[in-house]
Amino acid sequence: MTSETDISAGIEDGVRRRDFINIAAVSFAGVGAAAVVLPLVNQMNPSADVLAQSTTEIDISAIQSGQAIKTSWRKQPVFVRNLTPAEIAEAKKVPLSDLRDPQTIDERTKPGKENWLITLGVCTHLGCVPLGAAEGENRGDFGGYFCPCHGSHYDTAARIRKGPAPKNLVVPPYEFNSDTVVTIG
Amino acid sequence: MSFPWAKNYEPKQPLMKWLDEKLPLPRLVYNAIGAGYPVPRNLNYFWNFGVLAGAALVIQIVTGIVLAMHYAANAGVAFNSVEHIMRDVNAGWFIRYAHMNGASMFFIVVYLHIFRGLYYGSYKAPREMVWLLGVVIFLLMMATAFMGYVLPWGQMSFWGAQVITGFFSAIPVVGEPIRVWLLGGFAPDNAALNRFFSLHYLLPFVIAGVIILHIWALHIPGSSNPTGIEVKDEQDTVPFHPYYTAKDGVGVGVFLLLFVALTFFSPNLLGHPDNYIAANPLSTPAHIVPEWYFWPFYAILRAFTFNFLWIDAKLWGVIAMFAAIALLFFLPWLDSSPVKSSNYRPLNRKFFWVLVVDVLILGYCGKSPAEQPYVILSQLAAAYYFAHFLIILPIISRIERPAPMPNSITEAVLAKHADDASAATA
Repeated sequence: MTSETDISAGIEDGVRRRDFINIAAVSFAGVGAAAVVLPLVNQMNPSADVLAQSTTEIDISAIQSGQAIKTSWRKQPVFVRNLTPAEIAEAKKVPLSDLRDPQTIDERTKPGKENWLITLGVCTHLGCVPLGAAEGENRGDFGGYFCPCHGSHYDTAARIRKGPAPKNLVVPPYEFNSDTVVTIG
Repeated sequence: MSFPWAKNYEPKQPLMKWLDEKLPLPRLVYNAIGAGYPVPRNLNYFWNFGVLAGAALVIQIVTGIVLAMHYAANAGVAFNSVEHIMRDVNAGWFIRYAHMNGASMFFIVVYLHIFRGLYYGSYKAPREMVWLLGVVIFLLMMATAFMGYVLPWGQMSFWGAQVITGFFSAIPVVGEPIRVWLLGGFAPDNAALNRFFSLHYLLPFVIAGVIILHIWALHIPGSSNPTGIEVKDEQDTVPFHPYYTAKDGVGVGVFLLLFVALTFFSPNLLGHPDNYIAANPLSTPAHIVPEWYFWPFYAILRAFTFNFLWIDAKLWGVIAMFAAIALLFFLPWLDSSPVKSSNYRPLNRKFFWVLVVDVLILGYCGKSPAEQPYVILSQLAAAYYFAHFLIILPIISRIERPAPMPNSITEAVLAKHADDASAATA
C-alpha cells in the first residue's frame, strides 16, 4: 500500500516522478499511434502497378485532317485531334482576354506540329469524357468538345469557353518519337 | 432519464431475475421501447418514420450481407457477378432488387422523417442533439448509398464515382492529390472499387451506432409531439408498449406493402438503364444523373455556372452543395421562435410548404439535363433554399405572432375530441 506521503516523497519543483512517467508513456504511445496511421493512410495512394501504366505509345498516322481518336493513358481517356487549318485559324483569332484559362494554341501544341492537339479527355469540371472526338458527336458552341454532364463547351484548342469547368482540357506530357508515333507520359 | 411515473421493470421469473442482475439487457429494452418509456399520447402517423427508417436499415443490412456472399469486388468481374446474382443465384434477383429498392425506401422515409422534424420544430431545444446526430446519420447514409451504387460497376456506377470524387479536385492545390488518394489511381478502377466495397460494408454499422446515440439523446428529454408542448404530467403520456409498438406496427405494415409492390412490380422504376451497361472508362453516358435522392443536391452543385469573387464556378458548386447540408447543423440556432409546432406558427407553416416545393423543384432540376430553363430554375431554387434558412427563418421567428396554444397535451387532445363530438352531433 502506497500512501499519499510516499508518492509525493522526492518532489522537486512541484513535479512528481510519476508526472514525468505519465507524460513519457502517453507521448510514446502517441508517437506509436501516429507511426501506425502513416501506412494506413498511405495504402490508399496509387499502388506500384497503377503507377507503372504511366507511358503509352500511339500511332497517329491514320488520323486524317479534321478527325480525332480516343485512346487511353493511365486509365484516363486521351483525345488526339488533327486540326484543320480553319480550326487552327479560329483558335488563333480568339483574344486571350476572352478566355477563362488564357493559353494560346502554340502553348498547347508542339512547335511545327500545331495541327496535333493532344489532350486528356477528362472534363476539368468533374471528370466526364467530353463529346466531339468521334465523328458526328456534338462539338459544342465553339467547335471543339462538349461535356454532356454539366454543359461545358471547349473550343478548337480544347480551351474552356462556356459552362462550369474552370480549366482548359489538360495537355499531358508527350513527345513525338517520329512524325507518326507519339509517346504520352 | 425518464419521467418519474415511468413503469419500473420487475422481472418475475427466476431466470429473468438472474439475468437482470448479471446483464440487465431486458431492462434496457423495457425502458427504451417497452412499457418503461412514457410517450406523449397524441403522436400522429408522422412519428412512425423513425421506426420505419430503422426497419429499412435492418432490411439493407440483411440483404446486403447476403449479396456480399455472391458479389466479387473486382473491376474485371464485378459487373458479371451482379448479373450472376440476378440470373444464377437462387432468389438472387429478389435479394438484389430488395436491396436496390430498399435504399430508395430508406431515403423516402428518412426525408419524411426530416421534414416531420422541420414542420413540428423537433430540432429545437431541448432536442438539438437529436437533430445534430440525425444530420450525421443523413451524411453517413449519403456516403453509404453512393459507394453502394458504384459496386455494380455499370456505366452510372463508374461515372458517378468519377463525378463525385471529382468534387474533391475542386479544392485548390491539394484537391487533385486528394482525389488520387481517394481513388488509389488516376481514374476509378479496381483500387477504388475494392475500398468502396469495404467501406460500404462498414458504414451501415457505423450508422447503427449513431442511431443508438440518436435514440439515447431523444430519450433524455423524451419524444416531441404534434403540439410541440412539453409533457407536463402523467396524463399527457402513454407507455410506448403497447400503444406505439402497435401504431408503429401499422406503419411498418404499410411500409412493407409499398416496398414489396415496388420490388416486385417495378424494380427498376427508380434506377437508370445505363447501369445495366458495363463500365466504360472511355465513354460517358449522354446524360448522367445520380440516384433520385441526390437530385436536389446535384441541382445545387450545378447551379453555379459562373465565377464569382475570386472563387471559380466549380469550387462554388461544391461548396454550395456541402453547405446545403451543413446548414442543417445550425438550424436549431437559426430558428429562435420558442414555439415548436408549425400548427401554431401560421407564417412558418406557409414557408415550410414553400421550402417543400422548392426542394421538389431542385430535385426536378437535378434530374434534368444541364440546359435552359433548368439552369436558371436551379439557380433560383438554390438561392431560395439558402434564403429560407439564412434569412426567412430567422426573420419570421422574430416577427411571427403564434396562434393561441393549449396549456397541455391533454387539453389539446380533449379539445379536439370535443370538436369532433360536436361536429358529429351537429
